[in-house]
Amino acid sequence: MELSALLLSRLQFAFTVSFHIIFPSFTIGLAVWLTALEAVYQGTGRPVFRRVFEFWLKIFGVAFGLGVVSGIVLAFQFGTNWSVLSRMSGPIQGPLLTYETFTAFALEASFFGVLVFGRRRVPPWLYLFSTAMVALGTTFSAFWIMVNNSWMQVPVGYSLENGAFVPKDWAAIIFSPVVWVRFPHMLLASFITGAFCVAATGAWYFLRKEFEAEARVMLRMGLFLAALFVPAQLLFGHLTGDYVHKYQPAKFAAIEGRWETEQPAGEVVIAWPNSKKEANDFEIKIPFLGSLIASMSFDSKEVGLKDFPVHERPPVVIPFFSFRIMVGCGLAMLALAWLGPYLIWKGRLEQSRWLLWLIFLSFPLPFIATLTGWFTAEVGRQPWTVYGVLRTADAATPFLTTRAVAISLVLYFVLYSFIFLFGVFYIYRLLQAGPAGALVTASHDATPSRPMSVAKTPLVNGQAQEARGD
Amino acid sequence: MISFWVAVLSVSILLYVLLDGFDLGIGIIFGFMPTEARRASLLQAIEPLWDGNETWLVVTGVVLWGAFPIVYATLLSAFYLPLLAMLGGLILRGVAFEFRDKAERLRWIWDAGFALGSLVAAFVQGVAVGALVEGLPMSDGQYVGGDFGWASPFALLCGVGLCVGYALLGAAWLAYKCEGELKDTAYRLIRFLAPGLLFFLVVVFAFALNKNFAVMERWLTRPILFLFPMVGVSAGALLGASVKQRWDAGPFITVAIIFVSAFGTLALSFWPYMIPFSITIDQAAAPRESLSFMFWGAGLFVFPLMLVYVVFNYRVFRGKNRPSADHY
Ligand code: HDD
Ligand code: HEM
Ligand code: HEM
Repeated sequence: MELSALLLSRLQFAFTVSFHIIFPSFTIGLAVWLTALEAVYQGTGRPVFRRVFEFWLKIFGVAFGLGVVSGIVLAFQFGTNWSVLSRMSGPIQGPLLTYETFTAFALEASFFGVLVFGRRRVPPWLYLFSTAMVALGTTFSAFWIMVNNSWMQVPVGYSLENGAFVPKDWAAIIFSPVVWVRFPHMLLASFITGAFCVAATGAWYFLRKEFEAEARVMLRMGLFLAALFVPAQLLFGHLTGDYVHKYQPAKFAAIEGRWETEQPAGEVVIAWPNSKKEANDFEIKIPFLGSLIASMSFDSKEVGLKDFPVHERPPVVIPFFSFRIMVGCGLAMLALAWLGPYLIWKGRLEQSRWLLWLIFLSFPLPFIATLTGWFTAEVGRQPWTVYGVLRTADAATPFLTTRAVAISLVLYFVLYSFIFLFGVFYIYRLLQAGPAGALVTASHDATPSRPMSVAKTPLVNGQAQEARGD
Repeated sequence: MISFWVAVLSVSILLYVLLDGFDLGIGIIFGFMPTEARRASLLQAIEPLWDGNETWLVVTGVVLWGAFPIVYATLLSAFYLPLLAMLGGLILRGVAFEFRDKAERLRWIWDAGFALGSLVAAFVQGVAVGALVEGLPMSDGQYVGGDFGWASPFALLCGVGLCVGYALLGAAWLAYKCEGELKDTAYRLIRFLAPGLLFFLVVVFAFALNKNFAVMERWLTRPILFLFPMVGVSAGALLGASVKQRWDAGPFITVAIIFVSAFGTLALSFWPYMIPFSITIDQAAAPRESLSFMFWGAGLFVFPLMLVYVVFNYRVFRGKNRPSADHY
């Protein structure tokens, strides 16, 4: 493939948004878990819950700050690199993004402040309420973004007038059935991410034999929540697959690695899709299962990629493999999330070091599943930006030069890597220092509009000082 | 409906310019401060506020996209490279703020990032205004200038001018916020930067007259436009008086008025164009369905709430910064 401005713009969008989604998917889940934690603390009055809460609040602050910094670029990138898209779809996507910014801003700005300095100044119920409102704010953000992207996947409620998508029916856009399977799928992905990170941290402390009281809370709550969320996620994953089957048959065929239309259809478990040959190499296939998965019958007819003209087919390799990686991560997480609580019930988890190790090492799984899920959805949508209506090649800024995009791609790459390394290192240090004795209040200059300032509070105990190493 | 969104957009831009303007300005001044103690107290003067200030940039961006998609698409893509520099600058500045405290040996890197990021962001904003005044190369409502269509001596001049302007706004904020030595420094800076800004304004004006920009025609045909510069000039005089009297809040208020009048001047002289002189407000506006959808939620309820929040936040942090005392 030639290095065109178009290709580089696609790479740049994929890179910046993939980088960004790492942080929101973590913070959306964490906000909900913090709310649960605070509720448990107020219900039981046990200080260990409060220590765990304050500890994770700091991590939340840093991750949230990184989410904000990396998100600012995205809001502008539609205009810079996809100016035809933003001119045409501005009447629909613009208002949706305006709602995202406005509602998230209002909820987060007012209630995050209470979280940061409020504990001693507001009644407990208000503190709990504010925690819930911050969680609601991030959830609203996710909602508007998912409406936005779902409209690009399955455009509804519009008419094309003078080269612009004019919204004709907002209810149809917001209550599109596609939104209501994809939004829960994304939300559950975040919840699972939060739960696994918390459980993995607990397992880590157990392995290091530190902070055992706090670690027990993290491990138990994390695993318990994951045990509920993961099966629900698999269900919504299935429903998401249904929408793809119904509205985006070419994407579905790519995910399945199905070239020929078959009746009944088999299910390709693993293969190397070869688009030159228009067939799979090294294929392992289970007969009938394809029809069963797609249509719940043993003899349905399922379309293959060859039914579509070449210029309307998506790339096959990326959706095919990223879908399998996502599902694989989901199944692995299901195993952990059920085995863990089972051993807790048997009273043996804390002795089962091998499982603690597995849980500790599992924290990347939800991130990988989220990213590969998005790769499936977005690459599978190609060659369309607005599915079936606007081609990606026509959506890009027409006069953009390869030189300009190359410069921006390199700059974003360097800048984001830099931030990422520092941010992750910093979160690592906070995690390493651990929650012990960290019953601290915010430093005097911590403020709601600066999420990272929560974490600025000096770590007070000696161990923390040591861990900081300076 | 369209006028409502023009108003929201103007308020957002103005708030952005005034609020982020002073903290970008302080970032520029920061680069010239020799000692760590001075730098730390500079940062203290903007610490609780800068991030909230930057939010108005995002608000401006999304309102522009929702209400005036053509302008959003045209301007952002035309200013591709400068915008990249600005976003890079803002990111660098944002993380430098957070990470400099955590670094000992590498602090100078973050400090340089902070000053440079502020400078670049301010410069780019000035360049953008200059390029708009001069007129972007447009044909049939499409930008046709290529990678550097925005660049011109005039635009670059405006870029430098805005850096001086923001630095002045920053110094005025310091005079309001600080005590002691730093306040004296702030007053010295104002004495030096205010004539600097005046000089730039005169040069810019002369340049524009000489080049015979399309904007200048409108000045001759609409004398009412001179109202805003008059306000600006009187504010300038007041600025001088308040520096003499050492009325600490005076410089910030008067410099803010100068910025508002400059904004008003520009807006009125472009009216009814949004991208002079090729796309008007009415041409650029999103369909009614979009504008009213935004109005009945975000516009009517959330936007006023956000304004209340800004006022509230600035009330909490009003008054002098005392070096180490707790605020609460
Ligand atoms: C499912 C969740 C999700 C997804 C898919 C995206 N975001 Fe995001 N974004 C969030 C969830 C989120 C969040 C959780 O709401 C953040 C993180 C921190 C914050 O303030 O809000 C956020 C921050 C955030 C900000 C900073 C807002 C601020 O200054 O407060 C911007 C401008 C964007 N996002 C824009 C985007 C765009 C244009 C996306 C599409 C490509 C996108 N985000 C994908
Ligand atoms: C059996 C398990 C799963 C199935 C069948 C499944 C199915 C799907 C499908 C078909 C898509 C593509 C949707 C589209 O094209 O728009 C998708 C997207 C996605 N998946 Fe999954 N999924 C599963 C598990 C998971 C897990 C465990 C996670 C994360 C923890 C996850 C996170 C995502 C995300 C973030 C997206 C992109 C957003 C979207 O398009 O909704 N999935 N999933
Ligand atoms: C946050 C998680 C997301 C991830 C990880 C993601 C991933 C990707 C990837 C990999 C591509 C490149 C596809 C290709 O060109 O082959 C892409 C393109 C794109 N995505 Fe997403 N995406 C995400 C969310 C969104 C959302 C929420 C929107 C819209 C609101 C969106 C809009 C776009 C656009 C406009 C492009 C470029 C045009 C195109 O290639 O169709 N994406 N994204």
